[in-house]
Amino acid sequence: MAKPEVATARPADPAKPAAPAPGEKPAATPAAAKPAATAAKPPAKPEGPKPEPWDSELVRSLRSQYGSGIREASTYVGQKYLVVDSSIVYEILLRMRNDQLFDYCVDITSVHYPKREAQFDIIYILYSFKHNERVRIKTQIKDGETLRSAVGIWETANWLEREVFDMFGISFDGHPDLKRILLPDGWKGYPLRKDYPILQQDQEWVQINLGIESGQ
Amino acid sequence: MKDLETDYRHAKPGQSGPGAVDYLDLDTKDQTFLDTTELVLNMGPQHPSTHGVLRVILKLDGEKVLGTECVIGYLHRGVEKIAENRTYAMFNPYVDRMDYVAAVSNGLGYCEAVEKLQNVEAPPRAQYIRVILTELCRIASHQVWLGTHALDIGALTPLFYCFRDREEILKIFEKYCGARLTTHAFRIGGCIYETYDGFEQDCLKFCDAFLPKLDEYEELLTTNRIWVRRTKGVGILNPEDCIALGVTGPVLRAAGVKWDLRKAQPYECYKNFDFEIPTGVNGDTYDRYLVRIEEMRQSVRIIRQAVEGLPQGPIMAKIPKVLKPPVGEVYHSIEAPKGELGYFIVSDGSLQPYRVRVRPPSFVNLQALDKMVRGLLVADVVAVIGTLDIVLGEVDR
Repeated sequence: MAKPEVATARPADPAKPAAPAPGEKPAATPAAAKPAATAAKPPAKPEGPKPEPWDSELVRSLRSQYGSGIREASTYVGQKYLVVDSSIVYEILLRMRNDQLFDYCVDITSVHYPKREAQFDIIYILYSFKHNERVRIKTQIKDGETLRSAVGIWETANWLEREVFDMFGISFDGHPDLKRILLPDGWKGYPLRKDYPILQQDQEWVQINLGIESGQ
Repeated sequence: MKDLETDYRHAKPGQSGPGAVDYLDLDTKDQTFLDTTELVLNMGPQHPSTHGVLRVILKLDGEKVLGTECVIGYLHRGVEKIAENRTYAMFNPYVDRMDYVAAVSNGLGYCEAVEKLQNVEAPPRAQYIRVILTELCRIASHQVWLGTHALDIGALTPLFYCFRDREEILKIFEKYCGARLTTHAFRIGGCIYETYDGFEQDCLKFCDAFLPKLDEYEELLTTNRIWVRRTKGVGILNPEDCIALGVTGPVLRAAGVKWDLRKAQPYECYKNFDFEIPTGVNGDTYDRYLVRIEEMRQSVRIIRQAVEGLPQGPIMAKIPKVLKPPVGEVYHSIEAPKGELGYFIVSDGSLQPYRVRVRPPSFVNLQALDKMVRGLLVADVVAVIGTLDIVLGEVDR
């Protein structure tokens, strides 16, 4: 394609808001643009989409059954998520699988918030082939707490939970084969926790198994 | 598109006729010829047919596989940890190193996820360029799969044919962004490079030249008796197991589930294009081969439409120089050549992502290996690893 055309097309886009007043002096536009840019900055920070409450039949029925166990039901940029109490998360997952036909468990992962009392977010991303819909189920647990394994609901949870265990040190009760998956079995530490610096390694393991002083 | 259902080659599993596998009948009996103890055989991590550093521990009864255990992580580089220590833009090239035979797709998924977090959308022209390059990349990825998969099974020729034709795609990548393999072709908010002079012609020329070549591949394999015997009825995965195991991509479609994220939840400008989702019937290695071959044809269709409809206009959305997405979390996934590639990104409003989780298709699909090879012979394990189309860079991250 011809390059000059793009060159003309490109400035045309930022000029769009100024287009209604082309008769104005060009000197006015940079002067006007500058304060506008600086003025736009402070509100730009808190700006951004806010989670909106998610109201549906499913949420209402879950709320009526579990009450305050359903802590939050929201959508964020069109993506639905539920925050539920860790004691009922297994029941909710089972219900999502059997009643709501969320038959595909896309991913299980975790996020570490060291400053919070319940340090870990566990996130289950579910998808329903029938409804072509995605939902995230989130729960929060403290360090040392365990969750019931979802392997009985979705086989795919096996490796996904092993990875969460490997990277965050979160145990899942009833998991058939809970051991490290990406790191070697004898490794110490859980790398994706926030208190694990990026350069940290299990030096002892490296020295014994690789026969070198340091992996760095 | 060929109607796969009426294809005579699709005999039902267990049926006699062309392509039926008879040795399986022997193995389904729960008795062995000799009173053997279970033999544990180690395969890999340095093994040419594991496509990288995959180690599989096979439990065998003679030649029959009783069970497997995958040992992975040899290529673990801590990509998700690196992400937490880089800015959003700095992490972009790293994603190319996960599925390194389909680097463009990785970049697309990441850029789109961050764009969603930042609440911007790439301009139409950028979206079209992205679709063209991603589909080219899908063809290149499938070519690597076909070449190596056929090589594993014993057909040497397709490897050379595939890599010869893949070269043309890599040349287009090189002319577009200077890199052949780990391209870093896209940026958050659009594309940084305008198309070069002759880009459209190169793409169309490739499409015209590639379709006859694809027929050539098929001529070599589709009715080849050795190929059919080695792939038909091998590594069957039914739709229920696929869904329970989270298997996506061509493996799921070969089992007969018509599901493709480009149609189910269209991203970019895929809804503007007319293409089919090829599906299989039996969910065996042979069907997966047919599905991927057909996918390449569909990709050519998409590329042609995208080149013809390539709009004029800017290629970069208005995004701040210093990217600080608002606090929030987003999951976005695309249909990568190997299946659903998802990014779950948590932003705390700072320069660096708080957490980036990659949902790699290869990692999840590899989990199905055990189910697929049970009861097969050792030589079939190689065929099944090949048909899963895994890339260890993505499995281990």
